[in-house]
Amino acid sequence: MKLLKRLIPWILLAFALFILPTFLSDFRINLFGRYFSLAITALAIDLIWGYTGLLSLGQGIFFALGGYGVAMYLTLNTPSEAGGNGIPKFFENYGVAQLPFFWQPFWSPAFTLIAIWVLPAIVAGLVGYLIFRNRIKGVYFSIITQAALMVFFHFFNGQQKLINGTNGLKTSTTELFGLQVGSSDMQIWLYRLTVILIPVAFLICRYFTSGRFGDALIAIRDDEQRFRFAGFNPVPFKTIVFLVAGALCGISGALYTVQSGIVSPQFMSISFSIEMVIWVAVGGRGTLVGPIIGAVLVNYLRSLVSEALPEFWLFVQGALFVFVVVLMPDGIYGWVSKGGLRTLLAAFGIAPKARTYPQIDQEGPGMEMKSPAPNDSSA
Amino acid sequence: MSEPLLALHDVSVSFDGFFALTDLSLTLQKGEIKSIIGPNGAGKTTFLDVITGKVRPTKGTVTFKGKSLVGLSEQRISRQGIGRKFQTPRVFDNLTVLRNLELAASPNKNPFSLLTDTLPKTAKDEVHRLMNYVGLTPFATTQAGSLSHGQKQWLAIASLVAQSPEVLLLDEPVAGLTDEETVRTAELIKSLAGDHTVVVIEHDMEFIRDLNAPVTVLHQGQLLTEGLLEDVKKDPRVIEVYLGPAEE
Repeated sequence: MKLLKRLIPWILLAFALFILPTFLSDFRINLFGRYFSLAITALAIDLIWGYTGLLSLGQGIFFALGGYGVAMYLTLNTPSEAGGNGIPKFFENYGVAQLPFFWQPFWSPAFTLIAIWVLPAIVAGLVGYLIFRNRIKGVYFSIITQAALMVFFHFFNGQQKLINGTNGLKTSTTELFGLQVGSSDMQIWLYRLTVILIPVAFLICRYFTSGRFGDALIAIRDDEQRFRFAGFNPVPFKTIVFLVAGALCGISGALYTVQSGIVSPQFMSISFSIEMVIWVAVGGRGTLVGPIIGAVLVNYLRSLVSEALPEFWLFVQGALFVFVVVLMPDGIYGWVSKGGLRTLLAAFGIAPKARTYPQIDQEGPGMEMKSPAPNDSSA
Repeated sequence: MSEPLLALHDVSVSFDGFFALTDLSLTLQKGEIKSIIGPNGAGKTTFLDVITGKVRPTKGTVTFKGKSLVGLSEQRISRQGIGRKFQTPRVFDNLTVLRNLELAASPNKNPFSLLTDTLPKTAKDEVHRLMNYVGLTPFATTQAGSLSHGQKQWLAIASLVAQSPEVLLLDEPVAGLTDEETVRTAELIKSLAGDHTVVVIEHDMEFIRDLNAPVTVLHQGQLLTEGLLEDVKKDPRVIEVYLGPAEE
């Protein structure tokens, strides 16, 4: 049983890598590739919200930064995308003759590979440090991150000359390694890359949440003031996790962009960043498996509902969120791992009953009562 | 008399014109136990807030080993060796008892060392000794949030001792404890004196008597009197602030 438990993640991984593509259409595989890339964002949010208690409503910033980085690299390096003076066509529409200086390094693939996670990390580190140093916590932190998101959104929306404004950057017609990025051959490779990067992101998050550093994060979530009185300065701890989460969101955004075919300021819409939080809440925060389940499940559901009943999805999403908050405060994974099935059976009156004293006396001592989980009585 | 370890001089704290402390001067010698009593609102907790950096004094100086503490952050003051237990037992609910103590005992407080280093053996031994002393060894892997109130008090005190501070400030360490636990806590605190300097704020007179330490009485943010418990109890001013003016 224990062996099986340890093998499950590997089985799932192999399943996603080798089995899923054999029976799903290219279209579906591409969708799953997107869900899996969003799962990395969910992991990042779990790191800062689930473990450290920082409810950020601005992760879209870092997600979009990663997306823009990779999209500009692809656009620059595709001959068919270039206009008259060798820079992407859209610049001509706004009369820009020279590539803006900050895009220059994105000719280089090596720079781009580093920039898609380092740039969001730097932005996150700076924003985070300023917020945390000023002891902004709780709801105020959420509001500030959302405000920052709006600033970025409006800035990106208005800058046609620099980043093509509302239109965003299209990647589906660009080329990479001689293949069109939007082609199904390329998409299956991107799908595999995403599937491989999930465990990497998982291990990164586990590195930060296990051990003494992880204890410190939980301590900050439980009682930050008390943490200070123990002699710890919470600011560097929070800055580090916010920075790491920013980097993960950047990678996630880059993967999502190349699989959805476009990056636009809509990645920084308020609702999208809130949805990210919903995935984590639905899957189960404070665990590392929960957010992956949540992101994939909610987005899969979204596709199914949107295909069958367009316009209906937002109601379902809202209902799902309310359902989880009210009935499963620990999310799906938390609910299952804390004896969810038994709780469900108990609701119908068919759960095995806990042994009480007269019964134990009759059966005599020596028979150890199987100790129930501490939260069973409350469930 | 040697140089005091901790000294407050003419400290006043005002919250929007309301004075929680008024011109309070107090000194602590190394190795001394001092208990502080006073009716509700006397400024006992504010007194600890001023020392530990939670509240900045409006006026006056706080010095520890001759250096000023005013304006330092809570964590810097804590690292200098001033530890505090709060009125309600504040523990990290979602960490186990063992991990609560290990976190407090960590000699190095920077994030990178927590990420890469393991806890030194001496600190681990100390954690186990303390856990054993307060009787929480059977609960080592229990989440602190599911402990009883008394156990949380003990865990909070043990975490504080694990930080190995020179000065321990204990805000109501025996609130909600049984008589037996109270006696044991008094023993623990007395055993700490000598190496440590201890300030105890408490309402429980039995406990204060057990401690057998000089008593300081605060009233309306001011020092009312100091002395042994028996003398203080006879002081008519103390009787008046506790029981109200005598009716003739």
